[in-house]
Amino acid sequence: MLYGVDGGEIMVNENIIYAENLTKKFGNFTAVNSISFSVKKGEIYGFLGANGAGKTTAIRMLCGLSTPTSGKATVAGFDVYKQTENIKKNIGYMSQKFSLYEDLTVNENINFYGGIYGLTDKEIKEKTEYLLDILKIEDAKNKLIKSLPLGWKQKLAFSISIIHNPKIVFLDEPTGGVDPVTRRQFWNMIYEAAASGVTVFVTTHYMDEAEYCNRVSIMAEGVIAALDTPGNLKEKYKVNTMHEVFVKIAR
Amino acid sequence: MNRFKGFLIKEFYHIFRDFRTLLILFGMPVAQILLFGFAITNEIKDVKIAILDEAKDNVTREISDKLLSSGYFILYDNLKSVKDIEPEFRKGIIKEVIIFEPNFSQNLYKTGNANVQLIADASEPNLANMIVGYTSSILMDYQKEIAKSNNTNPSINTEVKMRFNPNLKSVFMFVPGLMAVILLLVSALMTSISITKEKEMGTMEVLLVSPLKPFQIIVGKVIPYLLLAFVNAFVILGLAQFVFGMPIVGNTILLILESTLFVIVSLSLGILISTLSNNQQTAMMASLGGLMLPTIILSGYIFPIENMPYVLQLLSNIVPARWFITIIKGIMLKGSNFSYIMKETFVLIGMALFLILLSIKKFKTRLE
Repeated sequence: MLYGVDGGEIMVNENIIYAENLTKKFGNFTAVNSISFSVKKGEIYGFLGANGAGKTTAIRMLCGLSTPTSGKATVAGFDVYKQTENIKKNIGYMSQKFSLYEDLTVNENINFYGGIYGLTDKEIKEKTEYLLDILKIEDAKNKLIKSLPLGWKQKLAFSISIIHNPKIVFLDEPTGGVDPVTRRQFWNMIYEAAASGVTVFVTTHYMDEAEYCNRVSIMAEGVIAALDTPGNLKEKYKVNTMHEVFVKIAR
Repeated sequence: MNRFKGFLIKEFYHIFRDFRTLLILFGMPVAQILLFGFAITNEIKDVKIAILDEAKDNVTREISDKLLSSGYFILYDNLKSVKDIEPEFRKGIIKEVIIFEPNFSQNLYKTGNANVQLIADASEPNLANMIVGYTSSILMDYQKEIAKSNNTNPSINTEVKMRFNPNLKSVFMFVPGLMAVILLLVSALMTSISITKEKEMGTMEVLLVSPLKPFQIIVGKVIPYLLLAFVNAFVILGLAQFVFGMPIVGNTILLILESTLFVIVSLSLGILISTLSNNQQTAMMASLGGLMLPTIILSGYIFPIENMPYVLQLLSNIVPARWFITIIKGIMLKGSNFSYIMKETFVLIGMALFLILLSIKKFKTRLE
């Protein structure tokens, strides 16, 4: 087995997330039941499932927030049991709530999150200029987050979640409550991030978004019921949209 | 370390940008101490009374004059008979009726015993107690004067000077309790709200996924409120000392150390509450109902512990403020040194350790 300079295993087949029979039980209830999958570097991986299917529990295990009951998993080459600190340094995370501080300004939010990920003052300054420019919010840099439109917050939250150049970014229903145009723009940002080498692990309830993913898995009752490219899945279930695939499986 | 500094700066932004937080933090202690100091005093003034004088002799007239010239009482009505008393009270204007028995002065000089009856409106028990106390005190004064005049001086001095209850004494009793309540409020309530707010906004998730350790998050949350609690303690002590002249008899450094200990206990209570509640409302209810109420009622702040039923006395042992108030009263009023408050200090240290361990355990299981 090979090890990289940062101590992580070098994945020969470039599986940046790898899970085998990963299981989480809460008492008698099995939230995640022996799921196995892998995600390649730079891939956009859709993690779908109805509410209560076990998605959140699975993500929490992969982010190092929750210890699995059994099974194996590595994230960015690090073990989810023992190396959670290393995992946390190499991942970004954005939730449906966008997770920005409403009573802080744009600049202050960038400073804060840059700071907790250990960026130097110089790096934070450069990142801030870059983000303000690319998001075209130079004028709003000293405005409080709560005064910004939802779409801006969402794009800023995503940019901040990858401010430390993580290997993987976990997006937990990142487009909730956002209009279709902004969602489209948001997915463009996701594509750009993926093109720059960031692996994107995304959960969503919008089946049109599932079409944008390279591969998707659909969870139902704690197990992965299907895993393939959107095209193959539609073919397999002989339907035209991911929506229909989802309804067939999740039912 | 840099990470941690950023976290602290962020916390202070939260505090100083929220008007309501600032109001609770700084407005309330000042308002409370001024209220207790000035408004809630044990002094009475211009209380309306009625007199039923069945003797109408020199002595009763002198006593009435003395009462009315004291500044505490105003004569509302002269009653004619006992039947008038009840209707007069029902009007709700007068608070006391003074009844002199017939032949008051004869009884006083011949038998040495004259009876006067004081009837007070006890719908406000504390006020009634005070009024009766003031009246009796004036009557006693008069009695002494008579005794004196019979021996030496024939003239009767009607000037009243009362040393019954200097009006600001109550603030000495309130300051220790107030310190406990304010420090608890700032530490426990504000910390638990601030942590649950992060949960509600979804930012806690992001913090937990970040390289920050849970321990650092908690300490970062706690330190600003620790500092603010200190500011508050100084404001309260300063007001007590410079506005009301309450001295700190004992060692100030000991006082500060003991206050720090109490703040640590309160902060761990706040953390415990925040691990048990998911939103700000729950945290607030738990802090106010579960902490403030016992602190006010069971700590000896308002009601003396010795007068409580035995069960409540036992219960009061688990209220941290009970121990803290004993400590602070000892240091401020009696000038006690450490050996006198050792037991209380160790109880608080024990509570702090227990609560910190419990919160860490709860915080971890909560993450799962």
